[in-house]
Amino acid sequence: MPADTNTTRSTGLHVGEIRPGVPKVDPIIVADNITRSFGGLKAVDVEHLEIPRNAITALIGPNGAGKTTLFNLLTGFDKPDTGSWSFDGKALAGVPAFKTSRMGQVRTFQLTKALAMLTVLENMKLGAKGQAGENFWVSLLPWLWRKQDDEIEQKALKLLERFKLDAKQDDFAAELSGGQRKLLEMARALMSDPTLVMLDEPMAGVNPALTQSLLDHILGLKAEGMTVLFVEHDMHMVRHISDWVIVMAEGRVVAEGPPDVVMKNPAVIDAYLGSHLDSDIGVVTGRVGVVKEKKK
Amino acid sequence: MDWGAIFSNTVVWIISPETIAYALATVGLAVHFGYAGLLNFGQAGFMALGAYGYAISILSFGFPWWAGILVGMAASVVFALILGIPTLRLRADYLAIATIAAAEVVRLLFQTTVFDAFTNSADGLGGYHEGFRAANPIPKGVYGFGPFTYNETDWWVRIFGILLLAVVILLTWLLMRSPWGRVVKGIREDEDAVRALGKNVFSYKMQALILGGVFGSLGGVVFALPSAVVPGAYVPSLTFFLWTVLLLGGAATIFGPVVGSVLFWIIMSFLANVLPRMADAGWLPFMTNAQASIARYILVGIALMLIVVFRPQGILGNKKELTFNAR
Ligand SMILES: Nc1ncnc2c1ncn2[C@@H]1O[C@H](COP(=O)(O)OP(=O)(O)OP(=O)(O)O)[C@@H](O)[C@H]1O
Ligand SMILES: [Mg+2]
Repeated sequence: MPADTNTTRSTGLHVGEIRPGVPKVDPIIVADNITRSFGGLKAVDVEHLEIPRNAITALIGPNGAGKTTLFNLLTGFDKPDTGSWSFDGKALAGVPAFKTSRMGQVRTFQLTKALAMLTVLENMKLGAKGQAGENFWVSLLPWLWRKQDDEIEQKALKLLERFKLDAKQDDFAAELSGGQRKLLEMARALMSDPTLVMLDEPMAGVNPALTQSLLDHILGLKAEGMTVLFVEHDMHMVRHISDWVIVMAEGRVVAEGPPDVVMKNPAVIDAYLGSHLDSDIGVVTGRVGVVKEKKK
Repeated sequence: MDWGAIFSNTVVWIISPETIAYALATVGLAVHFGYAGLLNFGQAGFMALGAYGYAISILSFGFPWWAGILVGMAASVVFALILGIPTLRLRADYLAIATIAAAEVVRLLFQTTVFDAFTNSADGLGGYHEGFRAANPIPKGVYGFGPFTYNETDWWVRIFGILLLAVVILLTWLLMRSPWGRVVKGIREDEDAVRALGKNVFSYKMQALILGGVFGSLGGVVFALPSAVVPGAYVPSLTFFLWTVLLLGGAATIFGPVVGSVLFWIIMSFLANVLPRMADAGWLPFMTNAQASIARYILVGIALMLIVVFRPQGILGNKKELTFNAR
């Protein structure tokens, strides 16, 4: 059962006293004064936020807290009213979504976006970066892209195996179940070897046995040097794999810190649970079988 | 009834220039709608630009015939850019509305007397055939068998059209099996997903719009080759016939437009031959001869509705598309 046998939980990610907006030793994303309103509603209002590099950061918060909106803003799918932010030292304000993805910041969607009338394998191959055959003129000359395409296919097949979708490779994505589509989308995002993967509720609807194996996989990504930022409502998963937890409520970052510390924070328990003040947040929100965590 | 005459009047449409022109323009629509998911309701405008580009550059500027074709293609590229730049960033429906309007603007510009010196306004253009016919490698004479008996000029138009169609189909096939085609089909399914994977969605939509538009202009050229260019031919109903052809054959198929176009014209000419004769023979007591020949348009309209309802994937399309789209 234990997953993090080969990876250690990263510690010492922050500088100074832990509080919302605390600076990080090596941040990959730095955001300042990001606001986004829908009508009168301030969906996102983040003063300062840093995401640590080569760590797994969980973004949690109640429904409507602004997590998805923040994802959209950071990846260029939506434009903030104010604010600036950078990825890997490069300013991203005004950069279109496809370019942020090319820089190595790849995301998935809460409402799954499998490409229904493409096969599972085609979905995967679309995820690879820098394909010569995606140029109009080059595409007409198969001998210029065939070899690269075969390599991409090999890589796709390996990932599909990992995600238990290899038997489905020739099916249309429309034929997959909801959970399988989630898996496909995550696997597809990994085809581009991103520096930062941003997963919006990756495990929603995925069965527990597979969740365990995917958690291992996410930990493996970190071991390879990737940074992971994910939104999740399942507190066990959050506790289990994250190095850092950021809590949002009503558009603002209300708390952040290492998982153990954050889960005990009264502000968090308040935002999440209201009256269940004395309960362990994991037991209230999580599944029945409590994952025992190896203390490092 | 003279079934022999009906038969020979009908089968000649298999290789008529109109059939080839419709097939060409419909391959363009297949690129737009079937593969890239772009709703173009102005393909008649692209055809008009091809036909007029060809005729005007020969008549007014003395270009050789092949340069006239290139001018027609270039005009359609410009038209695609004008249409695409403002609308391709918006939702798909906006492109649809813009294309209907823009195609009408194009037709009315050719029809108005303002540019009479170039367009001959409502009367249209003719007499630009010399260069094309001089390039005909077929010696003078009458060739063929049965209903397919034509002189060298008629054969040259057909052979040239079929060659163009073959090139266009080959190009489409090459593109759609390549990574480029994968991106374009991905955009049809969900453009945000494709954007998230680092593809410049706007650029691919533009490329698809231009490509299908150029195919449309080649359809216009073949439409113009045998006789004349008249603005009245490029009305919205031409676009809707092309859509019928597309949906009949299968929107996301390589050969669907050819199959659809041949079937469309065979059915149209069969009805055009049969219905008036039936009226004359007194089989349709409620219709006159003239009414009967118009009735075919009603039947084609009904057929289009039936296809959309009962076989949305078309004749050559994949059955699964039906199941999935019914979601
Ligand atoms: N396109 C939109 N138009 C108007 N309001 C929106 C839009 N998108 C989000 N909102 C509002 O912004 C707030 C934040 O929404 P968001 O989707 O970011 O929440 P979330 O934290 O992802 O919630 P969940 O956990 O349910 O996914 C909500 O109150 C929502 O109603
Ligand atoms: Mg959300």
